Amino acid sequence: MNALALSETSSAVQPQLLSGRRYDAPLPVLSRTGDRERLLAEIEASGLTGRGGAGFPTAIKIRAVARDRSPVVVANGTEGEPASAKDKVLLVANPHLVIDGAVVAARLVGAREIVLAVGRGDAAAIAALERAVAERRDKGVALRIAAAPTRFLAGEESALVNWLNGGPAKPTIERPFERGVYGRRTLVQNVETLANVALIARHGADWFRRLGTAKEPGAALVTVLGAVRAPGVGEIELGMTLREVIALFGGMTAIPQAFLLGGYFGTWVTAHDTLDLPFTNESLRPLGASLGARLLIVLPQDACGLAETARVVRYLERQSAGQCGSCFFGLAAIAGVFERLASGGVAAPQAVERLSRLVAQVEGRGACALPTGAAGLVTSALRVFAREIDAHAAGGCCGPHRSRVLPVPDANDNEWN
Amino acid sequence: MSRHIRVDPILCDGFGQCAELLPELVELDEWGYPIVSDAPIPASLGAEARRAVAMCPRLALALEERRAREPAGAAP
Repeated sequence: MNALALSETSSAVQPQLLSGRRYDAPLPVLSRTGDRERLLAEIEASGLTGRGGAGFPTAIKIRAVARDRSPVVVANGTEGEPASAKDKVLLVANPHLVIDGAVVAARLVGAREIVLAVGRGDAAAIAALERAVAERRDKGVALRIAAAPTRFLAGEESALVNWLNGGPAKPTIERPFERGVYGRRTLVQNVETLANVALIARHGADWFRRLGTAKEPGAALVTVLGAVRAPGVGEIELGMTLREVIALFGGMTAIPQAFLLGGYFGTWVTAHDTLDLPFTNESLRPLGASLGARLLIVLPQDACGLAETARVVRYLERQSAGQCGSCFFGLAAIAGVFERLASGGVAAPQAVERLSRLVAQVEGRGACALPTGAAGLVTSALRVFAREIDAHAAGGCCGPHRSRVLPVPDANDNEWN
Repeated sequence: MSRHIRVDPILCDGFGQCAELLPELVELDEWGYPIVSDAPIPASLGAEARRAVAMCPRLALALEERRAREPAGAAP
């Protein structure tokens, strides 16, 4: 589904997540309440937050699930975001570390079942997990691999749980930490988050905090694409500047125009505003940006940000589950107006005004983050590519000869089950 | 604790009765789906709110007690 070159990874730090190293030391047993409390306090002190994009504090989520008698742990490696590859790379490089983290999480919440969820189309990740599971000798916990539909929304927590319960991989209004797999409290954690749980269980919070910033500690996986020499996945220290992160991927191959941060739920920012800022949510928030699942795409000067955004917005609209009226109608309307704006066929001020009205009607609505994510992408494109909009309206349309930078899968993947 | 109107956007089919019964707290988007105010239901509208919930043909509206700091549902 995803045409990224992933053969090479780049790392700015002594790699832990991508090291492929299998620890021989046994995991903590955590059979006593005091042991569990101590490790939870350690995870809390580490400041670890979810690495799937939402950034929710991991310790709080674990505590919310631990109240049930027989909860379930789901390691979420589905990574439906077409431009992101860090979870797939992690699962191939270090499946045991992910499983270690899931086992520790299961012991913390008292779960006896772990589901390792991965996209059906990710053959390498499935194979790596199958090999790793066959090598495991974990007591008291059953591991199973679930190959979910390979599509954007299938990895959304409630959608994944709904699919695991036999339904379509569409979002619901249930909150899995209250009511998840089999109706039980379910801890759904991104695979990179779990890998970090395993590292913190072994090395402690201080070790984790030796890298990163006070507010965003740790190392993190990033996916860097677009006009860079060696696109792919790497392990960085949070707080490096965007320039340093890009250098890790061989540097840029063209003068940058803008960066897309955080993926297709993310935000366009102008390159010259951000190149020397730290790659953290804290430093980028004033620009309206957040890092999501830590994705950075370099848009070169000769690409058209409007055409790129139009393709992605149309893709997002097609990924709608069609369950919520404001998303179903709203994203279709937004995609249509944006395409006309990008092809230069409309009066720009009216189109921009229409888009602003549409965005206001989909933002924060619906059962999941899809409409809000698409709205944020559109709003940032209108801001960052304002000059391009004027040029398009004046007939200086770029046309189809421009290079395509953002990967958008073929729309032939229609499976929900 | 405060009381709020909540809509289940998946169940909702945009009949729009809620906006007629409770225009103070519900407006409709251009496709006819309700945009529900985040504000607490004022005491003076308690009866109207209960009526709007009871009359929804899709049973998509609910009254919800919220604590000051509810954990947000996690995004994908």
